[in-house]
Amino acid sequence: MKIVVSGAGIISSIGKNIPETLDSLENKRSGLQPLSLFDSRYRGVLPVGEADFPVSKRFSRTALLGIYAARAAFCDAGLDRRKDEKLRIGLISGTSVGGMDLSENFYHDYLYSPSRGRLHEVVGHDCGDSTEKIASALGISDYIATVSTACSSGANAIIMGARLIKNGILDCVIAGGTDALCKFTLNGFSSLKIVDDKPCRPFDESREGLNLGEGAGYVVLEKEGNRYQSVCCSLAGYANICEAYHQTASSPDGGGALLAMQKAIENAGMRPEHVDYINLHGTGTPNNDLAEGNAVKRLFGEKIPKLSSTKAFTGHTLGACGGIEAVFSVLAIEKGLVFPNLNFKNPIPEHGLQPETDFRKGLEINVVMSNSFGFGGNMSTLIFEKL
Amino acid sequence: MNVYITACNSINPVFQPDNFSWKEKIETPDVIRFTCKEPDYKAFITDSATRRRMSRAVKMGVAAALQCLADAEVTPDAIITATGLGCLGDTEKFLKTLIENGEDLLNPTPFIQSTFNTVGAQVAIAQKNTCYNTTYVHRGIAFENALTDAILQLGESAVKNVLTGAYEELTDTSFDVQRRLGMFRRGGRAGEGSAFFMLSSETESFCRLKAVNVAFCQEKSEIREKLLAFLCQNDINPDDIDIFISGESGNTDEQPFYDTVENAFPSASTVHYKHLSGDYQTVSSFALWLAVKIIENQAVPAHFLKTGKAEKMDKILIYNNFRNINHSFILCGRQF
Repeated sequence: MKIVVSGAGIISSIGKNIPETLDSLENKRSGLQPLSLFDSRYRGVLPVGEADFPVSKRFSRTALLGIYAARAAFCDAGLDRRKDEKLRIGLISGTSVGGMDLSENFYHDYLYSPSRGRLHEVVGHDCGDSTEKIASALGISDYIATVSTACSSGANAIIMGARLIKNGILDCVIAGGTDALCKFTLNGFSSLKIVDDKPCRPFDESREGLNLGEGAGYVVLEKEGNRYQSVCCSLAGYANICEAYHQTASSPDGGGALLAMQKAIENAGMRPEHVDYINLHGTGTPNNDLAEGNAVKRLFGEKIPKLSSTKAFTGHTLGACGGIEAVFSVLAIEKGLVFPNLNFKNPIPEHGLQPETDFRKGLEINVVMSNSFGFGGNMSTLIFEKL
Repeated sequence: MNVYITACNSINPVFQPDNFSWKEKIETPDVIRFTCKEPDYKAFITDSATRRRMSRAVKMGVAAALQCLADAEVTPDAIITATGLGCLGDTEKFLKTLIENGEDLLNPTPFIQSTFNTVGAQVAIAQKNTCYNTTYVHRGIAFENALTDAILQLGESAVKNVLTGAYEELTDTSFDVQRRLGMFRRGGRAGEGSAFFMLSSETESFCRLKAVNVAFCQEKSEIREKLLAFLCQNDINPDDIDIFISGESGNTDEQPFYDTVENAFPSASTVHYKHLSGDYQTVSSFALWLAVKIIENQAVPAHFLKTGKAEKMDKILIYNNFRNINHSFILCGRQF
């Protein structure tokens, strides 16, 4: 059974919808700017990818960004709850910290006294809250799940969505991820000393770390022929593995990334040479880009497909990046594009990979591979194929 | 395809983790806050530095999972974990130092260990197992999402054995928040625990996991319809159910739903447990562990029995209701 992508929705620091996003990509306009979203010692100092979206004191930004992008995907697929009431529709959403953007405020006051802190800020702080708000906004109640495997959450949500359809449990799934910038993750990655205070340089020899971003990306998955849809690609294959190497680091030889990519290609019934473009995880940390690059070298040998990381546009959007980059992958196939890897000058000596640095259009892109790797060694690869 | 539960292990507030005996005398403390009886973790996590870095949630989860693996004596083909609030203690610890130190000089360890997939990842690292590995975190149905994924895994490709389970820790803060929300004024209780299961499609056991279902509704009449539809889908008559495990916690808002479901099984004996374990997002994992133990021992400890004589213990239905929004049914037992 073919699982097709019938809709996509995205919001990130480079755009609130697909046309804005494509315009930023084509004009190499990065969304990274000094932090302005909240009070922090990093405000005005660290570059981050903030979505152009109003701040609410009442609702978690993770939920709001999620509703925005998921609704866009829902509409893009031409879904209509009244017309499609017989369809069993599910929502599988990935997030790394859920409504932490609000609950960190609660703890600030709560620390003074256990009777302080606004309860509404902590009641909506669990990961499931954002998913339930999205489901409620879209009228989805047939199946709901929230996945949290750190930075591969969005990709794993998409994999689960496809499997629920393949197994006949659902007819249609909105799957992807959402995460808002917050002090918790900003300080977490800073304490690990893997945040760059300059714009990140994925796959560049001089890379020093990642920049954080926020946003949400969702795709609508259905089985082929489910209803009249205008679709351009299918989710042809996927793999989820755990490297079982280290809680926060990838093995330098890229064994985990290699396994994820190999298994995804096998799952799609393809060979490595079928892949036209790889949207790399490419965070810009010394460890990831070395490991992921080594894995690409080991898998593709001398025939390296076109590749790039889009993290220097959006920042690392954590639980959302699997969803956001799935949307990028679909756009690459639909419009024949390869996106530029910003801030790249010199290859990493150990593997010498040369990512695309220009916006390329008019290409025949049939197969796109998208990597998402997370803490805990949770590594997932998705493969999209032109229909 | 049949799915069997071939091993299970739990750390919970009721039973002693070491020298566990189903017939031991159960204390019924009159409290609203339940804390796990924890084992000596040295036996499970031998490296002292690793152990020191782990929070209580991680230790409870990892220890239950590793014991389950040891009992099952198989290498799993998938590891699927579930938690509502994850490693809450570490999350709070990192937030606290972040605020107190003004975002400066932070120790990254609690941040690293706060991610929701820490338990799944630590089990994989301990076992050097690169298989499918994921974590579900959706409130009152995270464990049911994990079971659903596990059942799908067993029906796909070469997967024969899946390790799946849940963990939750109760912290001072989350207890305070529940108190301030009035949960205990309305009769609720707070608890914690971990439970892991080996599900197998190749090794038979005395207990089958027959079906899992989640529902979202806010009306009693709706839950009755959903229950009947679930039983019908699985070709089960309400009279077939021997034991109904009710997730009633004493919370008066949720009780009407439990009454509605209980009334659908007039011939079943009713088992309840939250007066001994407390309530939490993934508490249905404890209920499933209880179901397996009831079938294995063919006995229900008196303190768990609410109504009936529990003369027959073959088919069990577990119903849980989380805050009148997330509802779930788990069907398990022998002779299906």
